[in-house]
Amino acid sequence: MNGTSPLEAWEGPLRTTVGGCFPGERAVFRGHDLHTELRDTSWLDLYLFGVTGRRQTPAQIRLLYAMWVNTSYPDARLWNNRVAALAGSARSTGILGVCAAIATSEAAIYGRQVDVAIADFLVRARAAVQSGRPLAEVVAGELQVNRSIGGYGRPVAKSAADERNAVVLELARKEGLADGEYLKLAFAIEAILLAGRWRMRMNYAALAAALVLDMGLSPREYYFYLLPSFLAGMPPCFIEASERPAQATFPLRCSALRHEGPARRPWREAGTIS
Amino acid sequence: MNAESKDVIHSRLWEEEASEDDPFTAQACFCSGYDVYGEILELASYPEYLYLLFRGERPAPPSARALEILAIAIANPGPRDPSAHAAMCAGVSGSPGAAVLMAALAAGAGVSGGAREVFLCMNLWNTCGRNPQAWHTALLTPPPAGKMEVWPVAEHPPGFSPYARSCAIPVLQTLAALARQLPGGNTAWLHTQRAAMEEASGHPLAMTGVIAAALGDLGFAPATGEMLTLLLRLPGAAAHALEQRESGFRHFPFFAIDIINDPGPPAAPGETP
Repeated sequence: MNGTSPLEAWEGPLRTTVGGCFPGERAVFRGHDLHTELRDTSWLDLYLFGVTGRRQTPAQIRLLYAMWVNTSYPDARLWNNRVAALAGSARSTGILGVCAAIATSEAAIYGRQVDVAIADFLVRARAAVQSGRPLAEVVAGELQVNRSIGGYGRPVAKSAADERNAVVLELARKEGLADGEYLKLAFAIEAILLAGRWRMRMNYAALAAALVLDMGLSPREYYFYLLPSFLAGMPPCFIEASERPAQATFPLRCSALRHEGPARRPWREAGTIS
Repeated sequence: MNAESKDVIHSRLWEEEASEDDPFTAQACFCSGYDVYGEILELASYPEYLYLLFRGERPAPPSARALEILAIAIANPGPRDPSAHAAMCAGVSGSPGAAVLMAALAAGAGVSGGAREVFLCMNLWNTCGRNPQAWHTALLTPPPAGKMEVWPVAEHPPGFSPYARSCAIPVLQTLAALARQLPGGNTAWLHTQRAAMEEASGHPLAMTGVIAAALGDLGFAPATGEMLTLLLRLPGAAAHALEQRESGFRHFPFFAIDIINDPGPPAAPGETP
């Protein structure tokens, strides 16, 4: 033990390759001058350059935008949007409400947890198939370990076809981006799941993951691409709630609480229990 | 919507009695059967009420005292901690109070020193119990690969310090104080087995490990322990944020930066780049 901490090597100026600003002068974004080299870049192109360090093609950017557009649902009942709506109803700030709604989108039954899981599964499944394992065996193995495969089936409409898939697939075909290996794999998995006892259709999470993996993004990069994907639906829910009377969005009367716990009991006479 | 609506919230822990003149105003609230404003308000301590909320039963006095000790121990991780640092960034720049706490929650939630590390460590306690061999195996074996999560993979054994050279004295003091309140449990066992556990993990025990052991002894599930860790660490973050808001951004570190791939100022018109 020499008495030094590994953290000592990380003291001092922050060494970075992602950039920084020189107030009053210029800004650097991943090794490029923001105001000269990148000034006309579309926001999504810049955002993904920040995430990956690579540039996407114009056709890819068009499809990536369309994939956001077609999953922007201003439905205040949806759990993430409802957070924004309730914040608006309680007269909180718009950014607090929307940021909390985005954080809520990192959910387990929909949203980001499903997205990273299906993207990761597609990567693992492709590698397994390339190494000679039959896809049906890979799918069965995954179902054995995780009981379900995110991206197939849907919590609110289990058997219905996902309304987003045909639209986005058509746009992908139009852009010449519907021939990738991950997309073929995603459909092959759907065929297995539909034929078997699971009866699960591919939902938007699997389709979107396959299309983006085919663009060369990793699952972790895909996760960051998706961060604002539900965003456009959130402010309308906040704003409309702000326009209703305060606290008048999803009001719940006392009788809407269905108590299923212990019967009423006195605290004063109670002995200690645990 | 009306009283007959199917949009109801099912709850084991909370019950309300509506006022006679307003179905949206409660005239009495009951937490796991106890009258909150009629009795708990003046008869219970705050740790007793916290325990009741999360466990559904009132605690024995040593359990309530242990929860109180734990709450004091982690109320303020200090301004160098990432969660308090993040809170101060929001505070010093005048962001809303909720943004301050959201910043503290985000930076205090992770698998390195945060609430997710407590969650992972509580899972280890559930798996290994007080079996030294099980701990030895678990600490040296990487977790099995499952489906990818939004959480990054832990880079050090949960509950242990990634960088410290020895167990910090506040960690030891907290461990000893909690072990006295929770005899016969995981915390007391950890108190006696600390050196062996540290040898097995190759790292000194961290506060997250003490929190995990104590919360397990108090009967909390890992998800509840994660939530309580997030909650109980907020007071210090809030206090430091308010302090820095008062003193202003000019007195708050901004740090120097070294952009390794800086292209330099753009060439002036007519100048050869």
